Parts: sequence; structure tokens; C-alpha cells
Amino acid sequence: MDTNKKLVIGWFSFTCCEDSTILLTEMLNDHLTEWKKLIEFRYMKPLKSNNRIEGLDVAFVEGAISSEVQANELKKIRENSKYVVAIGACACTGQPSASRNNFVSDEINYKIAFYMCHFDYSKNVQKISDFIKVDDQVNGCPMDPKAFVEAVGKYLKLFNITQ
Amino acid sequence: MHTGEITIENITKIEGSAGLKVTVQERKVTDLKFIIKDYRRFYTEAVKGRPIMAVPSFLSRICGTCSISHLFCSIEAIEKSQGIVVTEQTKKLRKLAYDGLMIRDHALHLYFFVLPDLLGIDSILDIPDEEGNLGHQLLHDSFDIKRLGNDLSVAMAGAAIHAPLPTVGGFLRLPDASKFPELISRLEAIRPLVLRGIDAFANCKDVLTRNSDYLALRNDAGFDFIEGQVVNTSGKKIAEENFHDFLKSVIIPYSQAEGYVFSDSHEDYLVGSLARINLNKDLLNKRTQADAAKYLALFPSNNVYHNNLAQALEILHCVDDALDVLKEITMVEEKPVTVPAKHGVGVGVIEAPRGTLYHLAEVDEKGMIVNYDVIVPTAQNQINIENDLKKYFQENLEKDENVLRLEAEKIIRAYDPCMSCATNFLKIEWIRS
Repeated sequence: MDTNKKLVIGWFSFTCCEDSTILLTEMLNDHLTEWKKLIEFRYMKPLKSNNRIEGLDVAFVEGAISSEVQANELKKIRENSKYVVAIGACACTGQPSASRNNFVSDEINYKIAFYMCHFDYSKNVQKISDFIKVDDQVNGCPMDPKAFVEAVGKYLKLFNITQ
Repeated sequence: MHTGEITIENITKIEGSAGLKVTVQERKVTDLKFIIKDYRRFYTEAVKGRPIMAVPSFLSRICGTCSISHLFCSIEAIEKSQGIVVTEQTKKLRKLAYDGLMIRDHALHLYFFVLPDLLGIDSILDIPDEEGNLGHQLLHDSFDIKRLGNDLSVAMAGAAIHAPLPTVGGFLRLPDASKFPELISRLEAIRPLVLRGIDAFANCKDVLTRNSDYLALRNDAGFDFIEGQVVNTSGKKIAEENFHDFLKSVIIPYSQAEGYVFSDSHEDYLVGSLARINLNKDLLNKRTQADAAKYLALFPSNNVYHNNLAQALEILHCVDDALDVLKEITMVEEKPVTVPAKHGVGVGVIEAPRGTLYHLAEVDEKGMIVNYDVIVPTAQNQINIENDLKKYFQENLEKDENVLRLEAEKIIRAYDPCMSCATNFLKIEWIRS
């Protein structure tokens, strides 16, 4: 066993309120000291500016997909990660970020047409498993913190990483 | 730099996605774009036709970090549309939940996002695990401060993110008063840590001054995030329900969020902690005023980096305010105030961590939302951020490009912008510029 090996993770956010990111920063109050010994945070924009996507063991992905640009970014994450975990309601189900999919009023659709055309919005907002294979889900709005700790523990075990 | 472009694709250590593009020609900044990149979710359209009781909880999903601000602002707008007046106990419990939000939210920004700049490192992940190291001490202080802010909101509102207990008219379940003594002890114990943080952020040597107007709620009865009138630097007072009339929405073609100018002065303006301390420092908790006097003497300030120090001071105020409320409150059993649904329009204006937040709710006679509008702090600060950056770049073009990038990120970070908040809405009345 390689005792120096750390679990290499990335944390990514797409269209959402980033509540799971905020919850994660709260979980670091209790877990940062322990996790720093076991985990390399290779991509985590909320916490660092030097971020790399290559060679991830696990990518945690929060948020729904609103555009082709985001879909391509998501596919790139999948190509660079051994495992992908969907985090929170928007990534797992699309909702509530996908509320606009249900707009039936011509008046509302006319009003939002400017943004839909001016920027690169897709017709519908979709969950991440509509684009890539997802290995695990941590549900909740925000994510269930216990389930997240269990998911981290599962992948530490899978990669034979112990203190 | 004489001629060229500086682009930052993704500004880090902020909430949400934003970028920056600066064009320089012949030693002049000819163009600067602060680009908010989060995609819109059109939540103000999504609530139309929904029953009012379901709307505040849905709109708390605008933002993960200040969800309690959107929850309370939406509740206030709906209560005003229905003529509901809540009890004094409800007001106190909301105040406590809100103190918890401010403590946690400000501490996240200051210690997780800004502290690395102060220490000259990239990330809190680079802080060594060494007792006696200042960074280590402040980081571990932040764990205790954030945890307490979180727990205070949980005790009052059921959760710190998307809180389930506050509702139109009051609370679905009242907090367990037997937990108050423990909260009082922990709040008292945290004060020295908060004061250490104030001193650390006061030692920041960065300066960027520019004359801006400042806007914030002011309640002459005391420093208040929830009730009051909007005031500006020149002393203009605007009732909450008229706030919208004083703002001119400006479409920014490259940004997913619109900007605003204050119609009274036609100038850019700043909202947030710096504005609140500049305009209301005389109203802070007396204990805060006494223990932080030498830091408060720095205000009013036009240095945008003092927004960080202002946030640190607000943490102390919220600790002291929560202590006062918890020590005197006597809980009585009560249910949320309810009235039969009626047609009405209500406006809620409150101070979110990042500044003045506006919700407008129009409700039909069946209690369904007909129209909804939201104006968030980061959208209001957008033009001010750009103008600050233009000034900085124009005065520092001779510096190394990497220094310019780093400093630009620090200026943006000082505003504590939140892109999730800024991109939820649909503005239909633009003043094209």
C-alpha cells in the first residue's frame, strides 16, 4: 500500500445556489485537519486559485447544466476523473434550477428570450446524468452532510487510503 | 503595460463564477469588463401562480450562503402585502437567526477567502498545522466562530441553509429555550477570538479609495439589518416601498446580471458592510463600540478594503446583539399570525451580508403570486466594482501583470460578491447604456 497516496478530488459547481459548497465549508470546521492528511484538493475554486483538473480520483459535481458550454466542461471533468459523484438536488435531479423548463406562458418565454438568445442557454436545464455516467449521488438541498462523509469514506477505502 | 489585454477567466475564492477582461491601449485602460458568468434561473418568473406560503422557502434557493436573507426578505414582502404584523417575540427570534447568519457568512468570507491574501498565501489549505502560527490560530478561530453562527441559526430557524421553521406570520416551531444558556456561554467565549480577527483585518495595508455613494438601511432605534429606511451618504431617506423608484437598472451586455445607478445622484454606489458601518456606526451595540473603538475610528472610510474590516466589526456586533437578546427574551407559546388572503403588494428591504436586498410581492385575492421582483446587492455593486478596478488599473499599469491580476482579484474579493444571487431574475425595464 502506498501510504503517501492521497485521494485526489475536485469540487465543481454548475447552475445552482451553491448551498452544498457552503455546507462543505461548514463541514471543514470539523473535518479540515483530518481531510488534509488524506485528501489532495486539486480543483476547488472556492478555496484556491491554482486549480488543475487532470488526474482526479473523484470529482464532486454540484448544480444543473444550463448550456452546451457547461455540458462540455462536465464531459471534460468525466474524462479526467475515475469516479464522479453528483452533489445536491440540482445535480441529481435538475431541480429547482430547471424551473424554466416548465414555463408554458408565451408572455414569460417572450420575456426571457433575450437572455436565451444573447447568451448560450440550452433549451432545457438538465441533471448531470443526462450527459455523463454518474457513479454516486449525494442527495439533498443542500446535500445530506452524513451521506457526503460516507461517500468520502467509501472512496478513501476504495483507494486504500488510511491515516 | 502599454498595450494589451489582461484576462482572468475565473476569479477564485468568491461565491459563483465571474471573470475579468481589461483592455489597455497606449497606456490607457480603454475597456474593462467584470463579467458575471452564472446562468440565470428566472426564479422570479417561476414563483408566479404559486401560493404565498410556498414562496419564501423556494426563494431561499436563490443563494446558498445568504439563504436566510432571501427567506426573511420574501416573508417580509408577503406579510406586508397581506397586512400581517408579527409579534415582538417573532421579531426577536428573527433577529437572533439573522445574527447567526451574519456571523457565519462574514466569517466564511473573511477567514476562508480573504485571510490567505492577508497571509500572502494562496489558500487556507496552505496554512501549516503549527500551534503558534498566526494563520493556524486565525483559521481555528474561524472554525469556532462559523460553527457558533451556524448553531445560532439552527437553534432559531431549524437550519443555517434553507431554514425550515421561519414562515409568513412567525415560526412553525419555536426554539427550545433550554438551549439559550449554552449559546450565551459560547457567544461570550467567542468574543476574544472575534476581537483577534478584527485586529488582524485592521492590519491589512491595502488601500483603494474612490469617492462612492453608500446606501444602507438605517433604523434610528439601533443597528438593524431587518427594519429601517434606506439612507445614503448625503442624508437622503427613502421608505422601503419606494426604494425601487430610486434605482435605475442598467443592462450590461456581457454580464448575466444587470447593474444599477442611484437615480438621485446618477452615480455609482456601494452597498454592504462598508456602507452600513460608514452610515450607522453610531448605532452599533454599546459593548461593540467600547471594545472596538480604535478600529471604528477608521470609519467613515472610502477604502474599499475596509469592507473586510467592517464585516469583522459586524461579527462582533452580532455576537453582542445576540447576547443581549438571549439574556432578556422570555419565550411564550404562540402560533404564526394568519389572515384571510387578499390582493395586495408588499415590499421587503433588508440588509443581506453583502448589502441591501429588495423583494416585491404582488398577491391576488386567492393568495397566489401575480408578480415578483428581486434586487440583490451584488448586482447593485457591479458598476462600482468596475469603476474601482478601472481606477486601480489606470494607476498601476507599470506593475507586473501577475501583480495586477492578484490585486484585481483582491479588490473584487473585498466586495464579497455573490454571483448565485445576482443571476436569478428577469429585469424587463432596462435603461440601455
